[in-house]
Amino acid sequence: MTTSLDPRIRRADLEHAPASGGLMQNEHWEPFAVFHQDKRGAAHEFVGIVHAPDPELALAFAKEQFGRRKKTVNLWVVRSTDIFTFQHEDDDMFSTIPDKNYREASGYPVRKRINKYLDDLKTLAKSKYLDHMEEESG
Amino acid sequence: MYGNASIEEDPKINGKASKPEVQEDPVKLAEFEARIARGEKIEPDDWMPAEYRRQVLRMIEQHAHSEIIGALPEGTWITRAPTLKRKLALIAKVQDEVGHGHLLYSAAETLGKSREAMINDLISGKSKYSNIFNYPAKTWADIAVIGFLVDAGAIVNQLANAKGSYGPYCRALERICYEESFHLKQGYDAFVALAVGTPMQRAMVQDALNRWWFPPMMHFFGPPDTISVHTEKLMRWKVKMMSNEEMRQDFLEQYVPKIWELGLTLPDPALKKNAEGKWEYTQPDWDEFFRVINGDGPCNKERLAVRRYAEENGRWVREAMMKPGVKTMVPYA
Repeated sequence: MTTSLDPRIRRADLEHAPASGGLMQNEHWEPFAVFHQDKRGAAHEFVGIVHAPDPELALAFAKEQFGRRKKTVNLWVVRSTDIFTFQHEDDDMFSTIPDKNYREASGYPVRKRINKYLDDLKTLAKSKYLDHMEEESG
Repeated sequence: MYGNASIEEDPKINGKASKPEVQEDPVKLAEFEARIARGEKIEPDDWMPAEYRRQVLRMIEQHAHSEIIGALPEGTWITRAPTLKRKLALIAKVQDEVGHGHLLYSAAETLGKSREAMINDLISGKSKYSNIFNYPAKTWADIAVIGFLVDAGAIVNQLANAKGSYGPYCRALERICYEESFHLKQGYDAFVALAVGTPMQRAMVQDALNRWWFPPMMHFFGPPDTISVHTEKLMRWKVKMMSNEEMRQDFLEQYVPKIWELGLTLPDPALKKNAEGKWEYTQPDWDEFFRVINGDGPCNKERLAVRRYAEENGRWVREAMMKPGVKTMVPYA
């Protein structure tokens, strides 16, 4: 190995460092999902994961990873193993069909009904007036 | 920071032909390709061809390793930054790069490979990372050139990849690109400070520019692609978004004028924009590129030795904090 340009690396004496046995499964602990809130009153939003041995350290890592640049007022962490989900391939169960418009405000055409009622009244009044005029002249 | 320099699985890199393809269910494959053509993102729990999973995983993993290894040549200069402001900027940048590594490892994990397995493959030399970090940062001017040009190249590559098809990778890149714009600007600022400084500072930045242009920067996007059936498939699947040459042209178009504007030169007499608006340049030595990727560069051994040392010497801390019942899982997103 050529001599490092970094004095700290030269001092570490890497040539004589212990040989790696490689990392063991779970050596970097377990994943936690991180939820970020950018201002009071806003909803917490999923932003990514951190690896930690417990929730306290997960919060510390989440603060470093997701709270150092963006405006942040609060963070949640939750073990990824505690999240339960549907599968994306089943997403057709969420689709809204047109005859579900009884669940929508637009499914209730109130103004249309009122206008028809007012039009009918006008037509009725007009025909009554005409009838009356006919009687007068008759 | 990441180039495209190691993405193609070239037989020259691995010394073996790529694995035989798995025969995929044609109905599922057609559905999958139609979704990508419509611009939909693929999520970790979606069906995907084995080849897609393998290629996306390899790309994200290499990108993650590049961020972590890329922090090493720059980290070298934190203790020797010329002013407090430059030191603060460099610390923040190096912290961002390590943060990018974490974001990308997380995205790669969603495809089913554990973080520990990825780190083992990096340390053993099985996985590759961006070739550019196998070259040394000899002076402070090298840090200015890296912060300016290497980050500029990374942005060209990452903006393209952010439009790709794999959801978790796109989301990680969105945030990474936002932070890279600060890296580029502080690098440009440090570069310009030297370029308009004393004759000695100017000579220093010119020297660094000469060393980083040939070969590292010209290797950064990888060799011009051979348009194979394989490459066409990766483009159709939106794994590869631009050809290596398209990215290199994009980079030259944006940044050569910024260098020439300062009266600095680039060590390539053939470099010019031709009548069709294409940049012409001298092909770098691609044999050197493959030699360095395979481990024979000026800094490969040091980079991996530092990484191994960090894992070995950090182990007792991780073990001390370990809790019983820790169970790993593939993250959902």
